[in-house]
Amino acid sequence: MKSRKKDILRVVNLGLKVDGKPILQNVNLYIQEGETYALFGPNGSGKSSFLSAIVGNPIYQINSGRIIFKGKDVTTLPTDERIKLGMGIAFQTPPKVSGVKLIDVLRHCARIGNRSEEDIYRFAEKLKMDEFLHRNINQGFSGGEVKRSELLQLMLLNRDFIMLDEPDSGVDLENIDLVGKSIRELLERDKSQDEREKSGLIITHTGKILDYVDADYGVILYKGRIACVGDPEDILREVSENGYEGCINKCLREFPNLNNLK
Amino acid sequence: MSEGISESEQLEIDKPEVKKRLESVGIEFDPTKRAATFMQVDQETAKVSSFMEGVEIMSIRDALEKYDWVKDYFWKVVRRDQDAFTREADSEDVNGYFIRSLPGHKVEIPVEACLYLRKAKSRQKVHNIIIAEENSELNIISGCTSHPGVSSGMHIGISEFFVKKNAKLTFSMIHSWESDIEVRPRSAALIEENGVFISNYVLMNPVKLVQMYPTAYIGDNGTAIFSSIIVALENSVVDSGSRAVLKGENSSAEIISRTISKGGDIIARGHIIGEAPEVKGHLECRGLMLSENGKIHAIPELEAKYPNVDLSHEAAIGKIAEEEIFYLQSRGLTKDEATAAIIRGFLELDIKGIPEVLKKEIDRAISLVESDLL
Repeated sequence: MKSRKKDILRVVNLGLKVDGKPILQNVNLYIQEGETYALFGPNGSGKSSFLSAIVGNPIYQINSGRIIFKGKDVTTLPTDERIKLGMGIAFQTPPKVSGVKLIDVLRHCARIGNRSEEDIYRFAEKLKMDEFLHRNINQGFSGGEVKRSELLQLMLLNRDFIMLDEPDSGVDLENIDLVGKSIRELLERDKSQDEREKSGLIITHTGKILDYVDADYGVILYKGRIACVGDPEDILREVSENGYEGCINKCLREFPNLNNLK
Repeated sequence: MSEGISESEQLEIDKPEVKKRLESVGIEFDPTKRAATFMQVDQETAKVSSFMEGVEIMSIRDALEKYDWVKDYFWKVVRRDQDAFTREADSEDVNGYFIRSLPGHKVEIPVEACLYLRKAKSRQKVHNIIIAEENSELNIISGCTSHPGVSSGMHIGISEFFVKKNAKLTFSMIHSWESDIEVRPRSAALIEENGVFISNYVLMNPVKLVQMYPTAYIGDNGTAIFSSIIVALENSVVDSGSRAVLKGENSSAEIISRTISKGGDIIARGHIIGEAPEVKGHLECRGLMLSENGKIHAIPELEAKYPNVDLSHEAAIGKIAEEEIFYLQSRGLTKDEATAAIIRGFLELDIKGIPEVLKKEIDRAISLVESDLL
């Protein structure tokens, strides 16, 4: 048993711009080893940008704050080095890369994650992607196929901190179980709290994924700031009953010092 | 069948730097991997041997002596007076190769032919006749290159292809030159009923100028597929295209090019002419700009001379999308690895109907220059 959980991610006062336009302001987030956070927020609140910035997408200019990963300042580190340190991400709508086949990318993932060629085929079969291996990555993939392909890459990458951008959207009823259980496994949610070493940050709109992954905390990103932290189920219920605004107002009443919003 | 090879020339071929040049254009001299070999150094024949039945190979000079009908194939599809270069090639000291698959013989193992520019400032003149007789299959790798350090010179190559009834001919030309060499191929193919002609062209190294516009004349139910992979580095000018004339009923053509400019100028041409019923043609030019210098000019042309034709084209030029590089980096590839993977993917043409060995030669030619593109 571990006496003390390690730091995984510390986002401190992060401010983000794209093409000069502010996207995030003063965002703070602290994730420890074994913890999974659900990230909520209305469309356009900056959730995807936030994940992209954590993993180092160069289109976002960081104009304030720092990103500390496993105790190391990674704010200016190239994406591939962040991956090598232990980050992994599944995108909501990844680009097609003409001429680059899924299998090529999976081999790179397996190399990073120390997985075998056999693992590639085993996981591909498990996620029902074995027929896509020799197709150009994401080209002509349906919404659900994209999600499964992203998950497959994450499984092979075998990282410690996993970010998932709406892994449950566009997945049909037949496959939601497969996707949900795979994410649960990736984040070691079946292990006891003390034994978990994987951490996660999941964007979800519907909360569907929470049926499979019992996230430890929920946070709301609202107008470019973290506006609420709490139990993910409570937040989800509050949002569905009173909307984001209602949920945040309640949050502010209960935790007036949470964030200097408005 | 073998001509005398002087010892000095033999030695030269075995020198590592020469070997490297030859390998870069797919020439191996390995009897287990090739059906036959031909090599011409400047104007002289340096090597000829055939390792398989069903395929004839010899210098064009020998062929003219051996068969009196060979002269009938001269200037049959390329016009003698087409331009200054065809006129220059129409000379006494012209050499070149004659390759012919005999009727009914399917020779899948490639025949290799090498045209080697040895002397600086020389003008190499070549006239090749290639015949796939009825119901035969022939695969050729034609590698053209120059001696290390021979930075200037001129290569004029006339090639006339004859694909007889039900025959299939695959011709893959790989070029590797130096910065002050001028290259003027003049090629045309005549494809008879049910014939298939697959022409591949790979140019990845610096060159002063390559200018060519090979043409295929396609008969009933015949097919021609041209694929080109062209990289133009700084100071290189490449004006290259393929033309298909659909003359026979139900004939079809496909012209595909992938061009990359890293400082060089490229004109990527393509022209399909439909002049018979039920013909089908598609033209695809894609270009990738890797630097602020240089240019790519795509000129796809379609011409219909008959109502019942189906001709189409697509052309696109762009740069590597940052988003794609970032995506691959998020899978642990470095920026250079990601860029190389995308360039490789761009160049990876799914060339239809070519044997695996040829595909490997093309892939190898690509991998040799990958580092120059980053």
